[in-house]
Amino acid sequence: MMASSYNAKEEDGHHSGAPAHGGAAAAAAKSKKPDNTAFKQQRLPAWQPILTAGTVLPAFFVIGLIFIPIGIGLFVTSNNIREFEIDYTGVDVDSPCYSCARNFSWNNTAPCLCSVDFTLEQPFESNVFMYYGLSNFYQNHRRYVKSRDDSQLYGDRSALTNPSKECEPYRMSDGQAIAPCGAIANSLFNDTLELYHIDSNGTRNTIPLVKKGIAWWTDKHVKFRNPGGNNNLTAAFRGTSKPVNWRKPVYDLDPSDPDNNGFINEDFIVWMRTAALPTFRKLYRIIQKKAVTTPTLPSGRYVLNISYNYPVLSFDGRKRMILSTISWMGGKNPFLGIAYITVGSICFFLGVVLLIIHHKYDTRNNSADIPN
Amino acid sequence: MLRRRLNRLFGGDERRVESRTINVGHRSGSPNEAIIPPKFCDNRIVSSKYTVWNFLPKNLFEQFRRIANFYFLIIFLVQVIVDTPTSPVTSGLPLFFVITVTAIKQGYEDWLRHKADNEVNKYPVTVLEDGRRIRKESEKIKVGDVVEVEEDETFPCDLILLQSSRDDDTCFVTTASLDGESNHKTHYTVPDTERNLESLNATIECEEPQPDLYKFVGRMHIYTNNQEPAVRSLGPENLLLKGATLKNTQKIYGVAVYSGMETKMALNYQGKSQKRSAVEKSINAFLLVYLCILVSKALVCTTLKYVWQSKPGQDEPWYNEKTQKEKDTNLYLKMFTDFLSFMVLFNFIIPVSMYVTVEMQKFLGSFFITWDKDFFDPEIKEGALVNTSDLNEELGQVEYVFTDKTGTLTQNNMEFIECCIDGFQYKYQDARSELDGFCVTDGPVNKLQQKAGREREELFLRALCLCHTVQVKESPEQAQDQVDGLTDQVDDLEVDGEVPYPSQEQRSFIASSPDEVALVKGAMRYGFTFLGLESKSMKILNRNNGVEMYELLHVLNFDPVRRRMSVIVRSKSGDTLLFCKGADSSIFPRVRQEEVERIRMHVERNATEGYRTLCVAYKCLSAEEYAQADEGLREARLALQNREEKLMAVYNQVETGMSLIGATAVEDRLQEEAAETMEALQGAGMKVWVLTGDKMETAKSTCYACRLFQRNTELLELTVRTLEDGGRRREERLHDLLNEYHKKAVQDAPPAKAGVTRSWSSANQDYGFIIDGATLSMVLNSSSESNSSRYKNLFLQICQNCTAVLCCRMAPLQKAQIVKMVKNSKGSPITLSIGDGANDVSMILEAHVGIGIKGKEGRQAVRNSDYAIPKLKHLKKLLLAHGHLYYVRIAHLVQYFFYKNLCFILPQFLYQFFCGYSQQPLYDAAYLTMYNICFTSMPILAYSLLEQHICIEVLLDNATLYREIAKNATLRWRPFLYWTLLGVFHGLLFFFGVRYLFSNPALQDNGQVFGNWSYGTIVFTVLVFTVTLKLALDTRHWTWINHFVIWGSLAFYVFFSFFWGGIIWPFLSQQRLYFVFANMLSSVSAWLVIILLILLSLLPEILLVVFRKPRGPNARQKELVQSSVGGHQSPRSSARPLLMRTFSDESNTVI
Repeated sequence: MMASSYNAKEEDGHHSGAPAHGGAAAAAAKSKKPDNTAFKQQRLPAWQPILTAGTVLPAFFVIGLIFIPIGIGLFVTSNNIREFEIDYTGVDVDSPCYSCARNFSWNNTAPCLCSVDFTLEQPFESNVFMYYGLSNFYQNHRRYVKSRDDSQLYGDRSALTNPSKECEPYRMSDGQAIAPCGAIANSLFNDTLELYHIDSNGTRNTIPLVKKGIAWWTDKHVKFRNPGGNNNLTAAFRGTSKPVNWRKPVYDLDPSDPDNNGFINEDFIVWMRTAALPTFRKLYRIIQKKAVTTPTLPSGRYVLNISYNYPVLSFDGRKRMILSTISWMGGKNPFLGIAYITVGSICFFLGVVLLIIHHKYDTRNNSADIPN
Repeated sequence: MLRRRLNRLFGGDERRVESRTINVGHRSGSPNEAIIPPKFCDNRIVSSKYTVWNFLPKNLFEQFRRIANFYFLIIFLVQVIVDTPTSPVTSGLPLFFVITVTAIKQGYEDWLRHKADNEVNKYPVTVLEDGRRIRKESEKIKVGDVVEVEEDETFPCDLILLQSSRDDDTCFVTTASLDGESNHKTHYTVPDTERNLESLNATIECEEPQPDLYKFVGRMHIYTNNQEPAVRSLGPENLLLKGATLKNTQKIYGVAVYSGMETKMALNYQGKSQKRSAVEKSINAFLLVYLCILVSKALVCTTLKYVWQSKPGQDEPWYNEKTQKEKDTNLYLKMFTDFLSFMVLFNFIIPVSMYVTVEMQKFLGSFFITWDKDFFDPEIKEGALVNTSDLNEELGQVEYVFTDKTGTLTQNNMEFIECCIDGFQYKYQDARSELDGFCVTDGPVNKLQQKAGREREELFLRALCLCHTVQVKESPEQAQDQVDGLTDQVDDLEVDGEVPYPSQEQRSFIASSPDEVALVKGAMRYGFTFLGLESKSMKILNRNNGVEMYELLHVLNFDPVRRRMSVIVRSKSGDTLLFCKGADSSIFPRVRQEEVERIRMHVERNATEGYRTLCVAYKCLSAEEYAQADEGLREARLALQNREEKLMAVYNQVETGMSLIGATAVEDRLQEEAAETMEALQGAGMKVWVLTGDKMETAKSTCYACRLFQRNTELLELTVRTLEDGGRRREERLHDLLNEYHKKAVQDAPPAKAGVTRSWSSANQDYGFIIDGATLSMVLNSSSESNSSRYKNLFLQICQNCTAVLCCRMAPLQKAQIVKMVKNSKGSPITLSIGDGANDVSMILEAHVGIGIKGKEGRQAVRNSDYAIPKLKHLKKLLLAHGHLYYVRIAHLVQYFFYKNLCFILPQFLYQFFCGYSQQPLYDAAYLTMYNICFTSMPILAYSLLEQHICIEVLLDNATLYREIAKNATLRWRPFLYWTLLGVFHGLLFFFGVRYLFSNPALQDNGQVFGNWSYGTIVFTVLVFTVTLKLALDTRHWTWINHFVIWGSLAFYVFFSFFWGGIIWPFLSQQRLYFVFANMLSSVSAWLVIILLILLSLLPEILLVVFRKPRGPNARQKELVQSSVGGHQSPRSSARPLLMRTFSDESNTVI
């Protein structure tokens, strides 16, 4: 990409300062005479690249030619990703979850249920990923981010009963240590979402939601561990108290799967990875593709059943459910494609401009530098 | 002789010294006086700063006095006290590292000093106590002890010489370790002290210790039984200085007068004042800007935080409640701690490591100067010397060069050329031996082939043989080991028909000034050989091979004010004669005027040819005259106060009414490549001022020879002579001339930057300015205040518009005055002084950069300089190549450091807008800490040591390249603004690029999402790669080291991130980065965004490089070719006769 002149400076003799002396004089001189090494004389062989229009020009074209197809590829990929998003916060009076949102109280023992109907215009092929999204939720607030005890989550017994000070004010409850302690754990997202497909005859078909594989593998298997292994969690967590806002203790998070309980509950792990921005989404469930022929989610009417447990209106937040397919580049995001196309085009355009300038002003001496 | 000039320097601030009284051998002086042993300090030398106990507190205190360290300490303390986003480790670790390294370095240096101190303090010495010889440790010597010193030992304290084993009551010492002069100096015992020291009963009254090595006044009272005490004067010739070494003398006894820290050596070892470079000033200015940025960022964030929190539900939503303590805290206190927290969060914008890197760059970089073999001089077998590494970059910023003439522009290798006796010119020619090797060449006068009377000739030659302070080196074996610039083996003695003394072939002379040796050798050629000084009588071998003896009565030493020296001798026949030699201006008024005219012509002609001329005069003293003079001299020498002035008065009184015998001309050859060097300096836009003590004509011709003045240079003279032309009052004339020259040189000059660019081809008139010392003092110390400042202004403006300025007849202090005046003038230009002698020390110390030449006039200049080089010609490479490169390197280093920390911290600042202004750091603590220490420090350090954006040969060939960096070009506000904007651009790009990527955080192909630490890690990865590659783009000189550190740091970053994220670290409370980096790399989107952002950041940089130099790679080479075509006229021999060189070469220059 760059024309370079390799300038290996020989250790030539014509710079030597002192002519050779004979005998003792030379020996005496040697002690004080600076060594004639390439490094000390600042004559190390060096590659001296020179950036010029001639050398940069092809680089611009190459970048342009590589970036534009990548960009187009990204853009197309992103556009091919099906994504459906529905806000079920219940801000408007006519929205189905309005009453649940209004009448929310931490003391309610029975979950408030509501259901949202929606229609998918296009079928979702391949695996569909179900996210919940929160807005105006500052998971990246410093007080919040640090309010956790990773050694407790790593299964450390002493940390279980004596969590880190960072967990304050969610550290102790009624004299017992909270497990898992801290604000993040305490505010675990606890809405339950169920998805039904309403087929042409009006029957509701439950869509199976897989809750495995939503957390990072390393988090699930290394970073998060239950104290004393996975058996008999109830005993292991004895002497600890559940987080104040939780309805059930940590060892009861997933009644259906004993390996998804305690600290290694995947919903919990996902929640514990704090989001970067106040508007975020987190993976909730995976809808796996059943057969090759039928789409995972055919187009049609669907019902989302929500057990509304998570209040967001107090801080003007929003809750969303997102259904999305995934490509090799992740979820739908047109930004990368557009950026690549833009940068590629700019490079190409600059290449053209440079070529013109180059030819106009510099044809005499440098035409040889432009490889064709 | 020359070193006495140094006295003048200290003369200015001479304080009224009180005197101290010392009892020799602790015996009470007069019997009726009770001994009150006065308290003097002990003889311990303490050069160390610390002891084991106070090292830690004192060293820490010293270190935290540096403003930067203190700032970091405050930040660290804030982190410890206040609940801050980053752990105290992030700023504590680098600070601790810096402090520890510095402490270890200083501790080691201090340990070395302790060792050296101990070596001196524990050195065993012999002390006479009550008649017994007692061995003692040197530190136990008390003032008043009588100390025995043997040959080749150093004196343990300042001693008054009482007794010497030599017959003539003298001893020889060398002061090589004090001032580098390795010649033997003769010191004398106090006259008439008793041979038996045990019974000596005496007190010494002398001044309190003062640092001037060459000044001492004292009086010794010798009490003999019930007689009136005898008084003897004590002078520097009686004082043996601590640190000097006894030579050629078996043993001496002396009484200690100053001990320990009060010795002159110790008083002289007080540190020089620290010089600060312009780059450092720029750094401090930038630092202020960044401090403002830092504070304003923190202020903005704090304000916005409280604005944001005022919205209900934002400050404390149910999921994120405050602790009780936080709720209880006072609002204003909370605001303040919030502000401090933001300060801490953003404090990385001013990195500790920059100071470390800058220091390391300077320290390591200075080795390249000492290593440079081009600076190695085979003659003295030494290379360059770096006394301070703080000023490396200043070498690239020099605007004014002040150079000494003798020994700097010229070799100070004197050769006797000719003499003139009674107006007849004598020139020695080697091969011819007509008339005792003496031949007459055609003089300008019509006295061809005539000669002065033989009597006059001999008188003249005797004068040359007698009037000097030259010593004859005694044993040739001994002479071998001390290679001294002053020795001159006289081996080509071809005094025909004469059988010299057996040792004559080996005879060598030692003198403090090479002129004297040249004169004595000159006399030898004509048949008069100085054989040496034996017990106060000088022996001369005359033409007839007979030995003449003269009793040396007095030496009236040379000093730069009188500019002459005299001896008073008594010949065998009993005549008392005074011989005097000195500068024409100081001799002519003191001789009979009718004799002057005959000789003046010769002197002036010789001076224009660039020779150094001296006039020789003599006078016969009658017995009364001598008695009077003798008494006056003795009296003055005894005086305790104002001895110098009194001596001067007597000298002036004695040296009158002499008769002029003749004049001598001695050639001082130009230094090798002096002209080329000067030309290169001028080509580089520097203005060269020659400051010399020599006379105008001589100096002027040297300037022509060095091509400082060209043939077409119009000379503006402002000397005593031009002032006297008008016949009006000098002051008025000065006024007129100044105005006239100002009009000529300043007002009429084209407004273009004629000052900076000396154009060779254009019709621009070059001006040269000449001023002499007397006129300069008139300009500077004009009678009226207002005139003075106005004259000074005019003078300065004229000088600044001249290409070369010659100041002749300067006293050392005036040299410093001129340097100071230019240094403080408008725009405060960077000045450089170069000189080789003690008389240049003042200007070397005064200038921004002082350069000493390892010349022949002792080592004082070298000791006081910042850099020392063996030859003038090395100045060219030192400035044009080393200086240029150092400047570019450090300027880039500084700018780059600010840039990389700006784009490091800016995303963190922007992140505050997305995290509720909660001081949440974007990067992990490990990244925050390591960024400046490990990930990005080595490439810039390697760059700043190795970069050669233009290779050295080209820099040396094209002096004009130096102008590109003049006036701190790359550290002005414009480039700083450019770098700052670049940093802002990069910071914005990194943050928002990743921000838009994270609008959907599901970035993996398994649908899993990334959290905030992934966000930070992506930004950080882009950041590390971009700043490193930005440096790679700037690197023009890729050695294997650059490749190694640049790619190595990137690899290290990747390796470290894997490692850091690969393990559950037991000592971390939060495993934030666990597998974050690996997960990031498993996401294609992350890869794509990293590549995109790096490329996009570097794109403008690449474009700029291309547009800046659109002429292609051959441009530089073409320049090179052109310049070498023009430049190959340079190898001209400077060995050709001066005059020929002066006028024939000029025509070549203007092409």
